[in-house]
Amino acid sequence: MPFMSSAANFFTSKMSEALGWARKYSIFQYPFVTACCGMEYMSTAAGHYDVDRFGAGFPRFSPRQSDVLFVVGTISHKMAPVLKTVYDQMCEPKWVVAFGVCTCTGGFYDNYATVQGIDTIIPVDIYIPGCPPRPENVIDGLMKLQEKIQKGEQSRTLYDPRTKIGRPASLAQGYSISQHMKNIEASL
Amino acid sequence: MATQTRTMLLNVGPSHPAMHGVIRLIMELDGEKIKNVDVEIGYLHRAFEKMCETVMYAQCFPYTDRLNYVSPLINNVGFAMTVEKLLEIDIPERAKYIRVIMSEISRVTDHLTCIGATAMELGAMSVFLYMIKAREYLYELVEEITGARLTISYVRIGGVKADLTPGFTDKCFQKIADVRKVLIESDELLTRNRIFFDRMKDIGIISAQDAISHGITGPFLRSTGVAYDVRKANPYLIYDRLDFEVPVGTKGDNLDRYFVRMAEMEQSLRIIEQCFQQIPNGPIAGELTGCVIPAAQMVDRAKMGQTEDLIEDEVDLDPTLQGSTKKYSKSINTNRRDVVLPPKEETYGNIEGLMNHFKLVMYGHGIRPPIGEVYFPVEGANGELGFYIVSDGRDQPWRVRVHPPCFPIMAALPQCLIGSMMADLVPTFGSVNMIAGELDR
Amino acid sequence: MTPLQRVQEQFAKDLIETHTFRGDETLIIRPQALKAVAKFLKETAELDFNFLMDLTAVDYLFFAGGRIQKEFRFEVVYHFYSLKTNHRLRIKVPLAEDHPEVDTLTDLWPGANWYEREVWDMFGIRFKGHPNLKRILMYEQFQGHPLRKDYPFNRRQPLIGPPN
Repeated sequence: MPFMSSAANFFTSKMSEALGWARKYSIFQYPFVTACCGMEYMSTAAGHYDVDRFGAGFPRFSPRQSDVLFVVGTISHKMAPVLKTVYDQMCEPKWVVAFGVCTCTGGFYDNYATVQGIDTIIPVDIYIPGCPPRPENVIDGLMKLQEKIQKGEQSRTLYDPRTKIGRPASLAQGYSISQHMKNIEASL
Repeated sequence: MATQTRTMLLNVGPSHPAMHGVIRLIMELDGEKIKNVDVEIGYLHRAFEKMCETVMYAQCFPYTDRLNYVSPLINNVGFAMTVEKLLEIDIPERAKYIRVIMSEISRVTDHLTCIGATAMELGAMSVFLYMIKAREYLYELVEEITGARLTISYVRIGGVKADLTPGFTDKCFQKIADVRKVLIESDELLTRNRIFFDRMKDIGIISAQDAISHGITGPFLRSTGVAYDVRKANPYLIYDRLDFEVPVGTKGDNLDRYFVRMAEMEQSLRIIEQCFQQIPNGPIAGELTGCVIPAAQMVDRAKMGQTEDLIEDEVDLDPTLQGSTKKYSKSINTNRRDVVLPPKEETYGNIEGLMNHFKLVMYGHGIRPPIGEVYFPVEGANGELGFYIVSDGRDQPWRVRVHPPCFPIMAALPQCLIGSMMADLVPTFGSVNMIAGELDR
Repeated sequence: MTPLQRVQEQFAKDLIETHTFRGDETLIIRPQALKAVAKFLKETAELDFNFLMDLTAVDYLFFAGGRIQKEFRFEVVYHFYSLKTNHRLRIKVPLAEDHPEVDTLTDLWPGANWYEREVWDMFGIRFKGHPNLKRILMYEQFQGHPLRKDYPFNRRQPLIGPPN
């Protein structure tokens, strides 16, 4: 019956919206802190910038209890299998935040030891570039993540370095000052 | 019937709630006693030494920032001083004072982070929040001068990037007072706290003899009673003119290391205050007197050949370049043209300055020290931070080696842990202040 | 008499060269004599070099773009420090390219253990008598020694993921 199915659709969509709303304000994060970005992560988490305002104030140091994986800092090839294991241990639904440019693209550590972007290993939802990103930048990324959680979207694809598919175009191309200036002018 | 016991293997790390840093410990436990520990490092190996061989001398600074990322300014100073030793450069007085002020601010942030993190892992969350608050005050100071909070790349070979801003002295004194308040609060919360005290006291003991034979320096060595501090033993910059003490412990346990760090922060704050009393007054950025024109306009005029009175004018720069103008450059940079970038007026205004600039920034040109090798130690927050640079006469270093103070401490960690309880791992590891960026490089 | 002169006097036949550059006293000695020199530095009362501050190596392959030809490819570099006399001394041991090996100092300074493992990991220089000579910074599966000059800085050997 058409009427019944549309009513059911209405309820499921409302239901998922409510779920998304509930989820986005109770982010249980797993900070996978390895390097310099950890210092800015600490600053963001502590009283001065206070991510508790966004319902993300409580880090869980167990992958099984958390739903957002914050990968904070450079991932070396030695660390990569550990990261993959941690990601696999997390329960669905799960999101991944790449915190800092080393996790986004490898940054200026283009060498034998460093993974060139964690999106070659695990799917990434939000990229927060910066070396390290300022706390304001992190909070911006967190709000974008909340939007994504509200919509119920999750990234499932990996970045393929050969086809260059799966990473935001701005990151794949690198930073361009002229583009940046154009963006600023457009926003004024 | 005799019961049979066997030992248990327990893996801790590389990602563990009570460990701030990537390290893996494989422990052999007999009940709760630690019988043997195998420490595995290298999870943050980012090839610092190899990367430095591929870039020019001035481009190594961003990499040095990320060695000990809790006190990046000291790494900057260490690297710059080593290259200066190779080039035989003496820098102006004012730059020396600025370097000392900034290094001591960095040292305080490092100790704050170390104690805060240790306290948090022992359950004292509020101390962590207080200390991060204090660190935030200091980051604001660092940001005002360098333009960045953490990875600053502030020091240059032959000087520093920018001068102190006007009104910085008052702001600094204000923040020092705030930090002192936080230190007193934290001291009250921790030092007489039964839980903290009992978990730190007599745990993780190392003797002075063992510490020396492992090559340990810094607060870890000083907690055992050996008053070795590079700032006293081989005074660099202007440390010989300052009045400060080297706090030492007696036993070499975690509590001693905590006390040494607390006392050192106070000494560092004292050093900053003394520096502000002694610093020679150079021009303070912001007091522009001549005709000030925007950088683009100056470049255009020079291109058109309208250079008659350009030499009188001053250029209005982006805040990130503040201090590299004619007026300030002299008081904070040495006058060696083969090392220091010319002031921006000369780069924009005349061809000699422009060529000088290009000769320093282009690949295949740049700073070229003579063939040779030097080692120069500075006192990092964790101990002696030494840079060993081999130059082959080209613009890229042939070899850059950093002596990381964490490295010998982590090698001696099993000695501190064996025989103690499993739970003692957390305070001992916290008091080591392991910084993975420096340990694995 | 400086420590440099003391060693010069004691080990005249094992010495290759000495120099002082920017105030850093340096001795270049033959690998066979390393242990004896180190022992002498540590145990002579008036020298008393109780710190092995740093231990590293340098690869001189194509040094200065090939303009300077070194007789031996590797040099292991030791930095000693004496707490009592506040003196620093650098000792360098040149090693040939094929089968580079030198005596370990772990029995004199336990701190040498990890440094030597690092040099083995990064340069492939062996230390005779080392109790546990295995890789420290890189993983066991890693092929080659990254800080050697003939290892390209971006040759990756990932454990997982694409080799990008």
